[in-house]
Amino acid sequence: MQAGLEDQLGLYQKRIPIFTRSVKGRFRRFKTAVLALAYAVYFLLPWLPWDRLDAPAQALLFDLPGRRFLIFGLTVYPQDVIWLALLLFIAAILLFMVTGLVGRAFCGYFCFQTLWTDCFIWIEHAIQGERPARVRLYRQPWNREKLLKVGGTHALWLLVSFWTAFTFVAYFTYAPQLVLDFVTGQAAAAAYITAGVLTVSTYVAAGLMREQICTYVCPYGRFQSVMYEPETLAVHYDARRGEGAHGRATARAGQRTLDERHAKGLGDCVDCGLCVQVCPAGIDIRDGLQYKCISCGLCIDACNTIMDSFDFPRGLIRYDSEQNLAAPSPAQPRLHWKRLKVIGYGVAIVLMSAFLVYSVVTRGSFERAVTQVRQPLYVVLSNGDIRNRYQIRITNKASQQRTYLIRAAGIPDGALDLGNFSELTLKPGHTGVAQASVRLPPALAARTRTFELIIAPRENPTEARSETLRFDHPAKRP
Amino acid sequence: MSEQKLQSQTVQTTGHAWDGDLQEYNNPLPAWWVYTFYVTVIFAIVYWTLYPSWPFGKGWIGGLSTITYVNSEGETKTHSWNTRALLMEDLNQAAAAQKPYFDKVSAMSYEQIAQDPEMNGFILSAGKALFSDSCAPCHQAGGQGVIAFFPNLTDDDWLYGGSFEKIHETLMQGRRGYMPAFNEVLDGEQIDQLANYVASLSGVKHDSAKAAAGGALFRSETAACFYCHGTDAKGRQDMGAPNLTDSVWLWADVPGAENDDGKLAAIRGVIAGGLAKGVMPAWAGRLTPEQIKVLTVYVHELGGGQ
Repeated sequence: MQAGLEDQLGLYQKRIPIFTRSVKGRFRRFKTAVLALAYAVYFLLPWLPWDRLDAPAQALLFDLPGRRFLIFGLTVYPQDVIWLALLLFIAAILLFMVTGLVGRAFCGYFCFQTLWTDCFIWIEHAIQGERPARVRLYRQPWNREKLLKVGGTHALWLLVSFWTAFTFVAYFTYAPQLVLDFVTGQAAAAAYITAGVLTVSTYVAAGLMREQICTYVCPYGRFQSVMYEPETLAVHYDARRGEGAHGRATARAGQRTLDERHAKGLGDCVDCGLCVQVCPAGIDIRDGLQYKCISCGLCIDACNTIMDSFDFPRGLIRYDSEQNLAAPSPAQPRLHWKRLKVIGYGVAIVLMSAFLVYSVVTRGSFERAVTQVRQPLYVVLSNGDIRNRYQIRITNKASQQRTYLIRAAGIPDGALDLGNFSELTLKPGHTGVAQASVRLPPALAARTRTFELIIAPRENPTEARSETLRFDHPAKRP
Repeated sequence: MSEQKLQSQTVQTTGHAWDGDLQEYNNPLPAWWVYTFYVTVIFAIVYWTLYPSWPFGKGWIGGLSTITYVNSEGETKTHSWNTRALLMEDLNQAAAAQKPYFDKVSAMSYEQIAQDPEMNGFILSAGKALFSDSCAPCHQAGGQGVIAFFPNLTDDDWLYGGSFEKIHETLMQGRRGYMPAFNEVLDGEQIDQLANYVASLSGVKHDSAKAAAGGALFRSETAACFYCHGTDAKGRQDMGAPNLTDSVWLWADVPGAENDDGKLAAIRGVIAGGLAKGVMPAWAGRLTPEQIKVLTVYVHELGGGQ
């Protein structure tokens, strides 16, 4: 009993620092390209100018006080929240499909945690040197050199973190003005708080916590494993080839070429450990597929480099499927997309994207909401006429000032009374309210169940929208 | 993974031994947890100093954080932080935000306010809030009133006049409607005749012989209805006597009656019993002049303004 208890793992495990070795190869180039592109877009986009009539000249501006999102030529209002829902849906399905096809590609190449960690490791590498130098620095006692190098690394990390946070804030207000206000202490409190919180969280997540975010914090990394199937391509170590009959072994004299190794029953893996040294998650891919693996492909690059130097065939660690690796004679790895799930996801993405594009392209230039006044539903006037009242709310979503004309169909001319506001002139993004009343003689009122209210911008009469409205009278009273 | 395996997986003991061999495992809390705990302790101390915290004597320690507001008497008060003071401060801020609009209201004429799109929006929202607070208990949320109790403000029939000026006067000084109980001077037959006459004026089903007799009675000194309602029964707005010839009913619940007899009975009831419930309170002094002006335009725009 006692012995069993003593074997239990501690609830809390201290982080073991990971010093990744840099590596060259196909996947490293791809990751660097994605990093460069993503950073270029993220850091430069708030500075892209865009001429607008009545809004700051910024291509992408999330104008929260104005309750609108300015996205290049498009102005998105809160009423368009369905687009956000569609976008999130498409993103989620895309993640499901890609994960089903090639595993955690998002984690390995596109996730901001991976990108920023990559950038921070690059800074670390630039200041402190390659892996052995960093390990040495880590182990040596604090002295001037260690203080300067480690301090410099953290200072640069903080700088990058701050600029990341500041750029984020710049998406929400006119960026050039923000720089001025931020420096002179005039910016909104929200700007300072957001910048502060994001600076700290970026620094902590990408500098200090790194792979712990993926392992312990991130829910996506965990639930993506549910989407793996036997056909899914993932980063795998070909254990059959690597271990042979008697396991892996270093390339000592007498077991250096493939023929010599195969004769001895040794696998192709020369146990150089490079795949472990380059891994940003600190795992050994040769232990098999594991939840900590973010499938960044760096171990593939590392292994291929070694295989090349020994003149062994590449691909001891490669993208392959569980199914293929288990087959008696593994075929060339290929993408298995002809699966019900993948095709279903694909169809969903195509349909939803088409709907989103259709919805954006055919969006009206104004939003209208017409409600009948319900207190009271109808009024009997002194000559016996019945009057119903309606509240018309129009939001101008066009980029110019518009004048809206309101008329009715299905009731006699003159029955519709718009009071003092026969037309509504609205600035872009503004909402106006008109009170309409419809007055019908009792006989006609009894026959009229509904009528049409037609709202059209004067500048663009073809964009008329009609609303079917109910007309109430005393006989309808229960 | 291989490095992790090097980590010791045995749990240390605290080093004490009781009863010979009873030992206690030492599982220290993770450092991040302990630091988070210290931070919460520091947070609590900062919180005590800023906000009301400890009971003290009959009161409590108010804390250093204060809120300054102007109360309804116009006095500036500074109080330690509490939600009531916070509400007062919020109300002050809201009033300050509304002030430019109310200033415009007092500077503009009724017609100007009603025709200005921006002011119209303000009247709709501020007027609705004021109406809901002060008027809706009687006149109902939409101003539709209650038959036999409170007049409908959304129709085009007015007891005291539906111009801006008349509505303003009604709001400022209030109204007191009165009709004597006629069962003290008339017998049942005469009241029935009068009821038939009143029904005939609005096209309600009636006995024409009785109506003719009622018409004569209406204009006679016996009943003397015409003193207030006029010889043509169209009412007199200067004294709040309703027009009896239109389709709008206020006191007699004719539209709600089950049948024609019920309609006549409703009219008879009003004539016999009279009315002393048409009382509207005066709002001058209870609301500011600007608020009354906003309400004037709001009520005028409910649909019946003249």
